[in-house]
Amino acid sequence: MEESKTRKELQVSAIENGTVIDHIPAKSVFQVVKLLGLENCKEQILFGTNLESKKFGKKGIVKVANRFFESDEINKITLAAPSATLIVIRNYQVVEKKKVEIPDHIRKYVRCVNPNCITNHEKIPTKFLVIDKEDIRLQCHYCEKVTDKNNLFFI
Amino acid sequence: MISMKNKSLVSIDDYTREEQLKILDLAEGFEKKPVQDILKGFVVATLFFEPSTRTRLSFESAASRLGAQVIGFSEASTSSVSKGESLNDTILTVSKYADIIVMRHPREGSARYASEVSPVPVINAGDGANQHPTQTLLDMYSIRKTQGTLNNLQVAFVGDLKYGRTVHSLTFALCNFNATFHLVSPEDLKLPSYVKQKIKDNKLEYYQYTDMNEVIPKADILYMTRIQKERFSDPIEYERVKNAYILRNEMLQDAKNTMRVLHPLPRVNEIETDVDHNAKAYYFDQAQNGVYVRQALLASILGVI
Repeated sequence: MEESKTRKELQVSAIENGTVIDHIPAKSVFQVVKLLGLENCKEQILFGTNLESKKFGKKGIVKVANRFFESDEINKITLAAPSATLIVIRNYQVVEKKKVEIPDHIRKYVRCVNPNCITNHEKIPTKFLVIDKEDIRLQCHYCEKVTDKNNLFFI
Repeated sequence: MISMKNKSLVSIDDYTREEQLKILDLAEGFEKKPVQDILKGFVVATLFFEPSTRTRLSFESAASRLGAQVIGFSEASTSSVSKGESLNDTILTVSKYADIIVMRHPREGSARYASEVSPVPVINAGDGANQHPTQTLLDMYSIRKTQGTLNNLQVAFVGDLKYGRTVHSLTFALCNFNATFHLVSPEDLKLPSYVKQKIKDNKLEYYQYTDMNEVIPKADILYMTRIQKERFSDPIEYERVKNAYILRNEMLQDAKNTMRVLHPLPRVNEIETDVDHNAKAYYFDQAQNGVYVRQALLASILGVI
């Protein structure tokens, strides 16, 4: 255990203060960076992908210095990385560790699968009711059609 | 006392069972006395972003008979949409001119959106293939009127049960009234699983058929719908089944005396014209009932009754 922990820390350096998002599916790391709007973040960001993970095979990790996310903000990544763990670091120490949770409602960042939905034709932020958190099924508040995990496109 | 004042109607589920029944009760009153002055001074906007003769005219007839003024357009090309105006701006502008907005729009979800941005109530007169709740209410009214009740009926749906939104909404509504559903359709056009799930969730029963003749003797209501060629994945399949879903007068011989044939109209060829003179044919009366139901909706949402 100790060995693998040391190796992981070598792969992506530690941060003094900030947030670590661990256990991201390897393919979703860039999606998570985008969803959190980190492309324009001025703080130090470290990320790694295709790292070895006993639990997931391959995983990704993102470390953001001096950023502490609100629940609303972090919930954005739940659809792209439902397995993610959020770790708050202060003075190199883990002060909080929690799993991300799929919220009851999803707003703005997922596109409705229905090409004839009004949200795909006018500048209207999308809104979904999460009708199945396990299998990820989102019902559009407007057209009432269901977008599932196979048709998830982020805006 | 149930009040629907300022309560938009976008989806049939927006109104509770009690509210739906209240609309039907009020509609009965308007059937007895269709011309009243209760909406004098009100302005009803009918915004039809795509044409629909029947729905628009029946709303306009309903408003006119109650003394309201009607403004609006009957297709998007005659509105500022053709100049690129957003739905948000159209709705906000029209809400300054009218007390209530009746809207049909080709995009699904447009009515929900309109109801959220509009300061005046919105009645959905059809948003794409999604919802058409006033059709559902007039169907319910027609069923109750012809059967004397909405409860415990044997309801047969025939035709395109996959894409027919009137069938989906009416099924949802009748789930509150202990109906048994008989579903007759070609394999390609069966009722979607989420609608069947709703029937099961309510612990009600449904039976599926491909032969219409099997259900006619059982049914209290025979609800016919149009089958469109473009809905078939295989055109040969359409040619094979198209004649199996046409109702002819002689097929009604074994029907119950009280059974009635409904159809949301327009009809193409799925009900032969020889059925029109059969006492069981009810589809034109059904269209007329649309006026009374829409009178009830306008009057209750505008808060005059």
